[in-house]
Amino acid sequence: MSRTATGVENEAGAVAPAPAILSAENLSLVYPTRRGAITALDALDLSIRRGEFYSLIGPSGCGKSSLLKVAAGLLPQTAGTITLDGSAVTGPRREVGVVFQRPTLFPWKTVKDNVLLPAETLGLDKTAASARAAELIGLVGLDRFAENYPSELSGGMQQRVGIARALVHDPEVLLMDEPFAALDALTREHMMIELQDIWMTTAKSVLFITHSIPEAVFLSDRVAVMSARPGRIVREYEVGLDRPRDLATMADSGFAALCGELRGELQFDL
Amino acid sequence: MKDKIRTAIYPLVTVAVLVLAWQFAVSEFSIEDYILPKPWLVVTSITDGFRVGGFVGHFWATAEATVLGYVLGCGLAFLIGVAVAESPTFDKFVYPCVVALQSMPKVALAPLILVWFGHEIESRIIMVGLICFFPMFVNTVVGIRQTDPELLDLCRAFSASRRYVFFNAKLPSAAGEIFAGLQIGVVLALIGAVVAEFVASERGIGHMIDSAAVSLTVSNMFAGVIILAVMGVIGTATVRFVERRVVFWEGGTVRVNLEQAS
Repeated sequence: MSRTATGVENEAGAVAPAPAILSAENLSLVYPTRRGAITALDALDLSIRRGEFYSLIGPSGCGKSSLLKVAAGLLPQTAGTITLDGSAVTGPRREVGVVFQRPTLFPWKTVKDNVLLPAETLGLDKTAASARAAELIGLVGLDRFAENYPSELSGGMQQRVGIARALVHDPEVLLMDEPFAALDALTREHMMIELQDIWMTTAKSVLFITHSIPEAVFLSDRVAVMSARPGRIVREYEVGLDRPRDLATMADSGFAALCGELRGELQFDL
Repeated sequence: MKDKIRTAIYPLVTVAVLVLAWQFAVSEFSIEDYILPKPWLVVTSITDGFRVGGFVGHFWATAEATVLGYVLGCGLAFLIGVAVAESPTFDKFVYPCVVALQSMPKVALAPLILVWFGHEIESRIIMVGLICFFPMFVNTVVGIRQTDPELLDLCRAFSASRRYVFFNAKLPSAAGEIFAGLQIGVVLALIGAVVAEFVASERGIGHMIDSAAVSLTVSNMFAGVIILAVMGVIGTATVRFVERRVVFWEGGTVRVNLEQAS
């Protein structure tokens, strides 16, 4: 199974207009603090195509996470607009699934009940949601643990529960804020491959925030580099590597070249 | 189970050593019974007291006032605590007042409560309720407020209703603190009951100790103190037992704040 991002250049060299699922225009975010206002995001523009895996990479404190919170409707922007599936985001939307850096599970709920959280809060049909939850728990490889509590799972397994939860209400867009940052290197590689599988199976659009250059290149159709505060997108890179990618992809010369280029761009900024 | 028995033996050894030392001291320095009775004398006054001496009545009087006051005080503290934690308006108007009241020694109110509610069980219940109200109240508020903000963000991102967030996120997050409040409350409730009985009652273990002091039957005073200690231990153990079953995800460790308990 292979997929290509929509809206690639056609033979004539003209760009076909791709339907944007999530776009930001002139987006600014200013935090008031005791020592004056901090500009987290400054006139940021971005556009994520339907079905695209889009990564944001940038130095710590560049406002990546703030951007994700604005997109999730958790934080109101100071200026500009953010549009999801054709309408402006003014609050949390059911077309969105979020995954944070920490798994953020309910310790008092079983894996299955944790996954069912969005179905419950959005009032979805119980039987259908339960079947879908079981299916997703299978997709993330936790069949045997559906009735376990989060404390009985490893960090990587907990984060998989978080991913299944973000998908249970069949959202259009998945917003992921450094979901693998707290995992060890080996688990991380494993999770990258798994996330690619999940993405290819579910065909969601993804906004993925990360610190890791290889992770961004491995997973993404496009990678955007953000500047240090105030956050703006400095440059976007298309990742042309074939799908599905595997560990061998990381040894590929194209992969290494792109990583090198991104590293240069990031260092330029620091 | 075997380990449990073994860990229970160690403190019992300490108690046995202390009792032996007590026995030795009393006979060695020939201390009079009206100053410090021999241990067996205390034991017999407990058993005799329960058989013929009216301890049963005193015991139930204290237990009744303690339990009713505890349920009333903790229940109200929980409800008002929830209101304060959930409503900014209520918080602004009520929380500072309650915190200010907390620093007042509640037992000083005992005579006043007596004037208002008389010498019957009502004033004892109110004394008990008042004294266990504060730790429970503060723990409820603090517990609810310390809910992981990321968990709340997550609930919000998935459009959870306020009701859902309260019952599924905030209340379980606060459960550990709330049980700590309940555990401190057990000890405080007994203090409240005994103080009320000292001041006013014709019944209860507190009254029994008080009247034993008048007649210098020190062995009865010891008996009263031991009965109270046993009541406290049973109450605390019950709360702990319930906690381990309700708050199963926290491993059943109640952090008792000794500053609050004193």
